[in-house]
Amino acid sequence: MLGYIGRKLLTAAATVLILATLTFFLVKLLPGNPFLSETVPEVIQQKQREYYGLDKPVYVQYLRYMGNLLRGDLGSSLKKVGRSVVGIIAESFPVSAKLGLISFLISEAIGILFGILCAQFKNKWPDYLLMIVVILGIALPAMVLGPLLRFVLGVKLRILPVTGWGSLEQLVMPAFVLGMGTIAVTTRNMRASMLGVTTQDYIKTARSKGISPVRVVMKHEFKNSLVPIITNMGVQIASVLTGSFVVESIFLIPGLGKYFVDSITTLDYTLIMGLTIFYGTFLVVMNLLVDLLYGFIDPRIRLK
Amino acid sequence: MRPETKGAGTSMDEEPILSVNNLAVSFDTYQGEVQAVRGASWHLWKGETIAIVGESGCGKTVSIQTVLGTNPKGVGRVKSGEILFHGENLLEKTEKEMRAYQGNKMSIIFQDPFTYLNPTMTVGDQIIENYRQHRKATRKEAESRVLEIMRLINMPSPEKNMRRYPHQLSGGMRQRIMIAIAIICGPEILFADEPTTALDVTIQAQVIDLMNELRAKLNTAIVLITHDMGVVANMADRIYVMYAGKIVEHGTADEIFKGSAHPYTKGLLGSVPRVDRKTDKDLYSIRGSPPDLIAPPPGCAFAARCRYAMNICVKTEPEPVNLGDSGHFSACWLNHPAFIRKASEKQGTEARHG
Amino acid sequence: MTQHDKRFMEDDFLPLPRDGMEPDMVVRKSTSFTKDVWRSFRKSKTAVASLAILSILVFFVLFGPLMTKYDYFSNDYGDVNSPPSAEHWFGTDALGRDLWTRVWVGGRVSLLIALLATLIPYLIGMTIGGISGYFGGKLDGIIMRGIDILIGIPPLIYMILIMVILGSGNIMTLVLAMSITGWMGSARLVRGLVLQLKSREFVVASLTLGASPFRLILRHLIPNTLGIMVVGMTLTMPSIIFYEAFLSYIGLGIKPPNPSWGQLIKIASEIFRYYPYQFIFPCLCVSIAMLCFNMIGDGLRDALDPKLRA
Repeated sequence: MLGYIGRKLLTAAATVLILATLTFFLVKLLPGNPFLSETVPEVIQQKQREYYGLDKPVYVQYLRYMGNLLRGDLGSSLKKVGRSVVGIIAESFPVSAKLGLISFLISEAIGILFGILCAQFKNKWPDYLLMIVVILGIALPAMVLGPLLRFVLGVKLRILPVTGWGSLEQLVMPAFVLGMGTIAVTTRNMRASMLGVTTQDYIKTARSKGISPVRVVMKHEFKNSLVPIITNMGVQIASVLTGSFVVESIFLIPGLGKYFVDSITTLDYTLIMGLTIFYGTFLVVMNLLVDLLYGFIDPRIRLK
Repeated sequence: MRPETKGAGTSMDEEPILSVNNLAVSFDTYQGEVQAVRGASWHLWKGETIAIVGESGCGKTVSIQTVLGTNPKGVGRVKSGEILFHGENLLEKTEKEMRAYQGNKMSIIFQDPFTYLNPTMTVGDQIIENYRQHRKATRKEAESRVLEIMRLINMPSPEKNMRRYPHQLSGGMRQRIMIAIAIICGPEILFADEPTTALDVTIQAQVIDLMNELRAKLNTAIVLITHDMGVVANMADRIYVMYAGKIVEHGTADEIFKGSAHPYTKGLLGSVPRVDRKTDKDLYSIRGSPPDLIAPPPGCAFAARCRYAMNICVKTEPEPVNLGDSGHFSACWLNHPAFIRKASEKQGTEARHG
Repeated sequence: MTQHDKRFMEDDFLPLPRDGMEPDMVVRKSTSFTKDVWRSFRKSKTAVASLAILSILVFFVLFGPLMTKYDYFSNDYGDVNSPPSAEHWFGTDALGRDLWTRVWVGGRVSLLIALLATLIPYLIGMTIGGISGYFGGKLDGIIMRGIDILIGIPPLIYMILIMVILGSGNIMTLVLAMSITGWMGSARLVRGLVLQLKSREFVVASLTLGASPFRLILRHLIPNTLGIMVVGMTLTMPSIIFYEAFLSYIGLGIKPPNPSWGQLIKIASEIFRYYPYQFIFPCLCVSIAMLCFNMIGDGLRDALDPKLRA
C-alpha cells in the first residue's frame, strides 16, 4: 500500500508541475498585448510591462512565475484592478465548494441507491422508471436543464427562488441541476456493475450457503460493485466542477466558476492563468484522494 | 431397475439418504429447448463416496445444482422426476425451505477456489457466515468453531490466516477454505464439482487426502463430479457414468475400472495416461464431440462416436442391462441379452461351418 | 431366434455402415460473428429505436436546409422573433433568420465536430497505444508514464485554455483542442488490447510462421479490437457534443453568424422566457443526439460482450 501511495503522490506532483508549466507557456502564446490601449501613453505601458515582468526574457519569467507559484502567489487580476488572484479564489471558492460538495455527495449517494434498485428489479418497472431518470440526466446537460427548471419552478410555479445565494431554497435548484449528470452516470454504472458481479463465481458460493438473497446483495454484491464507482468518482468531481461554470452563470451564484467564465470573456489573462492552475491542481488532488480511497476499499490493493 | 448396492461398511437394508429418480431438466434458449438432463437416476447412501463422471456438458453439474436448488432463478426447469432426501421430495420445497438445507445439510465445493471466494471478505468471515446462518452463535463462539475446523483441515496458523483475504493465500489453502465453508455445519452430503481441476497435481493429492480423511471422521457422504478418472480412482466407492444427460453405466470402483462394459466408459478409461503402461500404444481419445442436446438423436446418444455401433443403436435407445447381482449395469446394446444370444449363435454357426 | 427376441429385426445387431454417421454432427445453424452481434444488438429495443431516431435526425441535418428557400445567415428585420408557422417551421430568431435552416446547418457543424473530434483522437490514441503495446519495454514504460501524468490534467480546462489562445470560432480549432486533450483514453485502451492479443496463441503462431508485424497488425490486431473501438467512439460522441455546447455557452464556441447547436442554445437561453421555441428546438436536437449515441453505444457494448450473449 505504501508503494501505491508513493507512486500516486509522485505522479500527482509531476502532473501539477507539468500543468503549471504548460499553462504558463500556453498563456504566453496568447495573441495580442494585454496592455495595448490607445488611451494609455507608451511610457506607462512600458512601466506596466516592467511591473508585470513582461519585458524580461521568457525563461526568466518562467522561473519567476514558478517561484511565485511555490510561494502561493498567483499574481493580480488584470481587469479587476487591485485584486489578487489568490484573494478572488479565497473569497469565492468556498461558495463553489459548498455547492459542489453538497451536490456531489448527495448525487453519488442517490446514484448508488438507484443503481442497486435497478439491478435488483432488472427489467421490471422500477428499473424502467429509474432508467428514465438516467436518460433525462444524460440528455439534459446543465445548460439545458438550468434555464428549463429555472423557468418552470422559478418563474411559472414560483416555488423556488431564481437567483442568488445564501438560503437553503436557493441551494436546491442549482445543486439539483449540477448533480443530475452525476446521478445519471452513477446509477447507470452501479447498475451495470452489480449486474456484472451477480454472475461472478463467488456469488454462487455465497448462495450455496443458504443465506438470504438480501444478504447476498448487501454483503457480497454491493461491496464488490462499488469499486468501479469509486474509480469513476474522479471524473464525476471534474464534471461537477465544470458544471459549476454554467450553473453559477445561470443562477447568478457568486462562485469561482462565474469568475472563470468572466475572465474568459474579458480576456483577463492572469486570472485565467491563475484559475486554470488552481482548478487543475484541485482536480489532481481530488483524483489522488479518490485513488487512495480506492486503495483502501479494495483489499487486493491494500495488502500486497 | 434393481437398486444398486452401496459401498463397503453399510448395511444393505438401509435406504439411500439421497435418491434421484428419473430427473429431467431442460433449458429454454432462443434456439430451442436444451435437454440437459434426460431421465437420470442415481442414489447415495450414508457415508459413502460416489462419483458422477462424464465430459463437460453431460449434465452432471446441472443435476447437482438441481438437487441443491441453486439453479439461478428462471434458468432451467425440471420436466420430470423426483429428488428424495430422507424420503422428502426436494423439488416440492420452496426456495426458503431449501435455504435451510444449503450449506447445512448439504454443501458444495467448487472448481476454482480463487474465483469462488469473495475477494473483499476475509476467509474467516466467509466461513463464519455459513456457520451463523444455520446455528445460533455469537461471534466469539463462531470464531472458535472456525478455528476448530481450520485445524481439522490442516490449515497452518489458523488465527493469522483467518483474517487474510483470498488473494493472500495459496491455491491449496484456498481450496481448503472452500472445504471449511462447506463442512462447518456438518453436512450429510458434500458435493464436489471438479474440486481438483484447477489445482496443481501436488495440491490435488493433498485435497483428495483431506476429503477422504474428512469423510472418515465426519461420516459425510461425498458426491464427486469430475471427468478426471485418476481422482475417481482415489476416492470413489461407486461410479455413475453420465453421457448426454443420461446415466450409461454404473458400478463399484472395481467393476468399472477392471470390467467396464459400456464403450463410452472404456473410452474414458482408455484416455487416461498411465505411468505403468507401455508407451507404444497411442493414447486413446474418443473422436467427435457430444451430441447437441437441442435435438438429441432418437437412438443411443453415443452411437455417432462408437466404434461398435450397430443398426439398432441409432434407432432405439438401449435399456440398462444388469450385469451380475451387484448392481453393475450398462445401457448398451452390446450388453443386451438379445445381442449376446445372436452373437453366440453366429459363433456357433461359424464354428460348425468351420 | 428365440421367443424373447421377437421385438428385434434381423439386421438390428449388424454393425452400422460407417458412412451414415458423422462423429461431429453439427445440428445447430452456425452464425457469423457480425450476424451474432447484430442479433444481440437487435434485442435491445432502446438501441434499435435510438438507431432509427438518430438516422432520422441525421437525415434532417443533411437535407433539412434544402427543404426551405431560406439560408442560415440572411437577416429579415421585418419578421423578428416570430413563433413557428407555415412560413418558418421553427420560427425566426432575433435577427429574423429562419430557425429551421439554422438548426439543421448548426447540426451539420455540431455533428461534424463530433465526428472529427472523436475519430482524430482515437486515431492518435490507437497509433500511440498500438506502438507502445506492441514494442513494449522501455518505450512502453515512458509512454505510459507520460500518459499517466497527462491524463491527470483535466481536459476541459485545457480545452478552454487552448481555445482562448487559438481564438475560438471555427470548426478546426475546436477539433484541434479536443484532439490534443482527448487521445489519452483510447491510447491506454488500445495498448491494453494489444498487450492482451500479443500473448494470444494465434499471434505467436503467426509470428512463428513468419508473418510480418505490419501484416499482423492489419489482419489480426485491428479486427479484434474494432468492436471495442466502435463502442468507445459511439460513447465518446455525446461528450463531444456536450463539450461543444458547453464551450459555446461560455463564449468560446462557434462564433456567430455561423450556427451550431451550442451557439443556438446559448443565444436562446437568455431569452428563454419570452421565446421558448428558440431554445427548445436546438435543445431537443442536442438531447436526442446525446441520448441516441449513448443508447446505441450501450447496445453495441452489450451485444459484443460474450458473457451477456444469450
